[in-house]
Amino acid sequence: MATKILMPKLSDTMTEGLILKWLKAEGEKVKQGEILVEIESDKADMELEAYDSGLLRKIIVSQGGKAPIGAPIAVIAAADEDISALLTDVPPPGASKPQPATSPAAQAPAPATAPAALSVTPSPVVETGKAKASPLARRLAEENRIDLRRISGSGPQGRVIKRDLEPLISGKVPAAPVSATVPTGETKDVELSLIRKTIARRMQESKQTAPHFYVTMDVDMEPAMAFREQLNAVSAVKLSFTDLLVKACAATLLKHPNVNATYLGDRMRQFGEANIAVAVALEDGLVTPVLRNCERKGLFQINTELRDLVERARNRRLKAEEYQGATFTISNLGMFGVEDFVAIINPPEGAILAVGAILEAPVVRNGQIVVGHHMKMTLSSDHRIIDGAVAARFLQELKATLERPAQLLL
Amino acid sequence: MAVVSIREALNQAMDEEMTRDERVFLMGEEVAQYNGAYKVSQGLLQKFGPRRIIDTPIAEAGFAGVGIGAAMVGLRPIVEFMTWNFSLVAYDQIVNHAAKMLSMSGGHFHVPIVFRGPGGAAHNLGATHSQALESIYAHIPGLKVVMPSNPRDAKGLLKTAIRDDNPIIFIESEVMYGEKGEIPDGEYTIPLGVGEILREGTDVTVVSWSKILQHVTVKAVQRLAEEGISVELIDPRTIKPMDWELIFASVRKTNRLVIVEEGWPFAGVGAQIVDEVQKHCFDDLDAPVERVTQEDVPLPYAHNLEVSSLPNIQRVIRAVRKAMYLD
Repeated sequence: MATKILMPKLSDTMTEGLILKWLKAEGEKVKQGEILVEIESDKADMELEAYDSGLLRKIIVSQGGKAPIGAPIAVIAAADEDISALLTDVPPPGASKPQPATSPAAQAPAPATAPAALSVTPSPVVETGKAKASPLARRLAEENRIDLRRISGSGPQGRVIKRDLEPLISGKVPAAPVSATVPTGETKDVELSLIRKTIARRMQESKQTAPHFYVTMDVDMEPAMAFREQLNAVSAVKLSFTDLLVKACAATLLKHPNVNATYLGDRMRQFGEANIAVAVALEDGLVTPVLRNCERKGLFQINTELRDLVERARNRRLKAEEYQGATFTISNLGMFGVEDFVAIINPPEGAILAVGAILEAPVVRNGQIVVGHHMKMTLSSDHRIIDGAVAARFLQELKATLERPAQLLL
Repeated sequence: MAVVSIREALNQAMDEEMTRDERVFLMGEEVAQYNGAYKVSQGLLQKFGPRRIIDTPIAEAGFAGVGIGAAMVGLRPIVEFMTWNFSLVAYDQIVNHAAKMLSMSGGHFHVPIVFRGPGGAAHNLGATHSQALESIYAHIPGLKVVMPSNPRDAKGLLKTAIRDDNPIIFIESEVMYGEKGEIPDGEYTIPLGVGEILREGTDVTVVSWSKILQHVTVKAVQRLAEEGISVELIDPRTIKPMDWELIFASVRKTNRLVIVEEGWPFAGVGAQIVDEVQKHCFDDLDAPVERVTQEDVPLPYAHNLEVSSLPNIQRVIRAVRKAMYLD
């Protein structure tokens, strides 16, 4: 039977996908389970398997093309089957109409262990990425190399019209002579990658909907450093400070259910598990692979799994369930020498921990000034569910745990 | 330059063309002995006699058909409808015979005929006697539709229409027959399909014709000018063929268009203008094209409802301001 292959929903926040590569050509035989195509979602590159056997009769969205979730991208059928009926509602090539975010994604691989939190993620607003503008404004913008998306339109619903562009066009002055000794960079518009667009949308959504507040605490890291040194001296697996942090957070989170929670309008959902995401920087964005059930995992298991996750995150080979369903996120910029910073909450989570570098500092110990090591961490909290005292108590306990790290082995 | 009424201008056109070409004759209800229901044919019976100025029975389908037959065999009839509302009785003759004869006879029979008379609403004549029917005639291939708005155009266009070898729908206005204006001295004609810019402007193009142009649009434009809005006002004069290039050039300059017409909105003449403009001036439009039309209902008899159904100055001003993003 002829089957349409639909653009799968590969992440919670995905609205469209980019065809990276077809591994089968039109007319080629396809067996069920074979990899058919590689797709870039807003989070990762994924391989899509064929769910039926047959001939790949038609590739509707070719390499480099984009399609919204649920839109047909190919047809698999028997060699002699009439597939014209399946192609009638196919949009013209290049069309990339946004689908409602609730469109069914019949063939999307369901994240096996996705927690309930996934289903409450607010539906992302469908963005076309296209500015609303009158045809004339569009033409003028093109002629004058103006990015319409950067103009706020004064027409109805923000439509950019001629008068919005006039100051920009008339304000153009001949470029001043540039000193020959100063190299001048090129000003250019770079189209945002899917991942960049997702980060932009989600961070904006987070900062605009969740009232953030920040509490910073200083941790004496001498005990943790000594603890790590002792363990690494006898273990083949070398633990990182991140491993210690993840484990310490997991232990603390379960004792502070408001911090390990998400805001749901008329209620909050407190999670019984600590699924901790760790922010991993990529060249053009970041991903937050999730280590599940950290409360049940030992330091060494955390180390092994995290190492694998981070590496695959850097190669953009995460599966959907590996970057979804976190209940808490840790972001660490210590490796850049950052002393402290504040992070934006990764929605729909309730809080995020921003961790700075372990720095040398004079400390008073037993009445003597000595050189100590300390680390600053800042918790960004959603004030709708977390109050200042709750955040402070969480940090207090986290600090206590890190300063008595032996309990991380329990 | 003489100052004459539209009634006199039309009379002069027929007089001159009947003098110029003996094949031209006029027929219709009360055109002869009564000198015309609106006195457009005043004095013509006396001058040209009953063989060329012919009173007909009240039978539009019949005398329209007689006119078409006469045109097919070499005469150049002018058929007057007392109003265009009554032409609906002769619609089959006009649409299926006058308009199609040249095509269906394989080019053998031209139908050089002018159907003329007043169209549109007057005052309190009720739904069946108040119709602006230009769009239903402009819809028909084979017909040309002419709608003058002043004495100069009325005379120049009617003379051209009489000389044209095709059936012409020539729509006047019964409330405008007495309106006066200058006309050139001596012989002149105005070609079909050539519009006129009545007022040059830079902010928005307004297209309007016939009575609504003079009684509503011109006044609205005057008020808009006092507000500092510079309207370029176009009178197409001929509905079909329309002077597209004139409109396109203006829209390319102003980037905005408002069409004001007496007829109903659906499939109206303005709708056709919108279609052509969006096709040819798409990248020049800075705002959706606005239309002002009669409400989509049979025109009420009650005076207050009649007034509120027809286009008025306020609605034109609102449409222009909307196209300018001022409201």
